[in-house]
Amino acid sequence: MTQFTEIWDLTLEHISMVLIAVGIASGLGIALGIALTRRPGLRRWVLGFAGVMQTVPSLALFGFLIPIPLIGGIGKRTAILALVLYALLPVLRNTLTGILGVDAAVRESAVAMGMTERQILWEVELPLASRTILAGVRVATVTTIGTATIAAAIGGGGLGVFIFRGLASVDSAQILAGAIPAACIALAAEGGLGWVERKLSPV
Amino acid sequence: MTATDSGAGPRPAQVEFRDVSYRIGAKQILSHLNLKVAAGETLVLLGRSGSGKTTALKMVNGLVQPTEGQVLVEGKPTTEWDLVRLRRRIGYVIQDVGLFPHFTVSRNVGLVPRLEGWEPARIDHRTSELLAMLDLPPDQYLQRYPRQLSGGQRQRVGVARALAADPPVLLFDEPFGALDPVTRQEIQQQFLRVSQSLGKTSIFVTHDAREAMLLATRIGLLAGGRLETLVSPSDFLQAKGAEVEAFRACLG
Repeated sequence: MTQFTEIWDLTLEHISMVLIAVGIASGLGIALGIALTRRPGLRRWVLGFAGVMQTVPSLALFGFLIPIPLIGGIGKRTAILALVLYALLPVLRNTLTGILGVDAAVRESAVAMGMTERQILWEVELPLASRTILAGVRVATVTTIGTATIAAAIGGGGLGVFIFRGLASVDSAQILAGAIPAACIALAAEGGLGWVERKLSPV
Repeated sequence: MTATDSGAGPRPAQVEFRDVSYRIGAKQILSHLNLKVAAGETLVLLGRSGSGKTTALKMVNGLVQPTEGQVLVEGKPTTEWDLVRLRRRIGYVIQDVGLFPHFTVSRNVGLVPRLEGWEPARIDHRTSELLAMLDLPPDQYLQRYPRQLSGGQRQRVGVARALAADPPVLLFDEPFGALDPVTRQEIQQQFLRVSQSLGKTSIFVTHDAREAMLLATRIGLLAGGRLETLVSPSDFLQAKGAEVEAFRACLG
């Protein structure tokens, strides 16, 4: 019975870690994405940085962050920071693609009718880009659920605790106790966010 | 032929181009355009693709600013207007319509009145009135989305949207260019009826000489960024010049 409570506790810990990381990455990614639609010159640099972050092997990224003062160290905070860096690119890229993909005639009409920049953003660009942006959030969420298992390597907790324990003791039951719930969460997130995406204004 | 304000009469010009030029790098798009558009007239800017007519049109609502010279609306240069305020006083209709796909017809047409802070009841009344005027029965069309309309219906909704806040000036950029010939003819007739009854000042860009003859009170012919001729449709039939003759040949 205690095993089940442990699975349950670590599952909740895992989910909360993912929610916090994806929440921060979404806020940051969408804001940054909007800013970049207004500043074409910065696009290459920011997308390049976010792209490079994704190419760093995740275990290495977690490791690199440990010695960094203030933001690094052992524990959940460092783990969340690494997850944010991973989740940023899909949200950022999709925000940019979604907004830049708004029909030029629609944008021109919005300007020509005397909408302010803010009105164009909130009433035209974001609604029309919402599906694409949400698809980015979905991809970020699903990958973060998987990557978050590595957080256990630097003391971040979550379902990775079972996996690392199982690896150390060559106990596949332990590995499955971490892997199966993680896979289930990922499937649920994929299904749920996919459903919301389809519900959004069918344009 | 020089551009004078023939037909403008004693009334002040609603829109005026004062020695307007526009250049992108070394490419001269418009050269020394001088033109006055009187209140209530329909000026058609006729020309080939690349003649500068669309650029000239976009200067009126400040989508493009001249590199030299000034465009005045109601006597004030566009550079001195608050562009948001200016644009809400100018209706704009383009070939691709640009209706908001996520708004119903009702919200599309009522957009500028809403931005201007009209009461909802007044917006609803105005929206229905305009749709009825353009032969789109409001009870059938108000709640539709643009994707549920045909090309001609979309264009009429675009016209209704431009008229919504009762702007004194209307700009049309080849609005009927993408329509089939039958629909185009219907909507042109409708345009004539509406523009005559409303007395708006319209500037209309087209490459179709027949359309120009049908709709214009004056035709301004642009070629290579220069105003070649500025005459009434009846004088257009007698006017001289290679470009005029080229366009007249299209009248058949």
